[in-house]
Amino acid sequence: MGYQTDRQRVEGLGSAKDGTVEWWKQRVAAVALIPLVFLFVVPLLRAVGSDFNTVREIYQSPFNAITGILFFIVIMSHLRQGLQEVIVDYVHGKATMTISLLANTMFTTLIGITGVFSIAKIAFSG
Amino acid sequence: MVELTLPKNSRMKAGKIWPKPEGKDVRAVKIYRYNPDSGENPRVDTYYIDLAECGPMVLDALIKIKTEVDPTLSFRRSCREGICGSCAMNIDGINTLACLYGLDEMKGDVKIYPLPHMPVVKDLIPDLTHFYAQHASIMPWLETKTNRPAKEWRQSIEDRKKLDGLYECVMCASCSTSCPSYWWNGDRYLGPAALLHAYRWIIDSRDEATGERLDELEDPFKLYRCHTIMNCTRSCPKGLNPAKAIAEVKKLMIARKV
Repeated sequence: MGYQTDRQRVEGLGSAKDGTVEWWKQRVAAVALIPLVFLFVVPLLRAVGSDFNTVREIYQSPFNAITGILFFIVIMSHLRQGLQEVIVDYVHGKATMTISLLANTMFTTLIGITGVFSIAKIAFSG
Repeated sequence: MVELTLPKNSRMKAGKIWPKPEGKDVRAVKIYRYNPDSGENPRVDTYYIDLAECGPMVLDALIKIKTEVDPTLSFRRSCREGICGSCAMNIDGINTLACLYGLDEMKGDVKIYPLPHMPVVKDLIPDLTHFYAQHASIMPWLETKTNRPAKEWRQSIEDRKKLDGLYECVMCASCSTSCPSYWWNGDRYLGPAALLHAYRWIIDSRDEATGERLDELEDPFKLYRCHTIMNCTRSCPKGLNPAKAIAEVKKLMIARKV
């Protein structure tokens, strides 16, 4: 305990003067995902089970390819932020928290880039 | 830190069952008991009261038990009409004021525990030191830079109305101690009560430190641990809406950036 005052404990390291942009980005992404999920899922459902030529046709449409790529970028950055909030809320050990945060960023970036690359590969094939 | 199980010395044991009085309308009251001097774990004692001979509120039952059955029972109380905020406790699973909560508002046994996730001083008395220090940190007073006027700082009726739904807060801590974010990160997150008070001074038309107040709050922990869970609003015994006040602070944070 020591002789720290109650007020000193509350003040801690002071205000980070940060967090608003992050918070706002999360809201913007949430709203953007409402149409994006729809625009991603509709062509995807058409593509599932079809032969390669049909799939290629679907994703060679610039509209489908662009919305698909946007979907992956937005949803993975949104997922990264959301999971980061969960980790900060619930994981408190310094080492476990750092590892969890790094793993979160790497995982979501990897999945996001894989999605973008996959759509680009189909769109630009043949 | 998230804690889903109680620490060993906080696990509750079966407690004493006190004698049952004669009467038609006898109700069991189960109360959390803890005495740090005894070295024992907390326990839940069962008391019985005859509702026909007791006032209507939970606080009346507590006072009756303390007076007539067990004088060692400890709890805070003062005004007995919801204005001092002393008797906040967890009654029938919700944080509220014992003096405003009617015995007829719940069915079955009356279950009374201290406010959740706070250190317990004794029985139903939580240690609110940190909670009060957090309130002090948001500067709960009028900050001005203009020279003091000859009479008073004037405020229009419309501007005064903006403080309605905020000034009534009695700092009972029901909201903050019902908030999971406050349970897990209460050391750094200010909690709904302090944030509601912060907003009360931010929107006060006479206050001249709005920017500094927002600067102090703009922090991933102090403010942004609020995830709009709304337990605060649900539990407030005064019917206030701390979640809305926090949302308004967040809106002001955006407003000064765009």
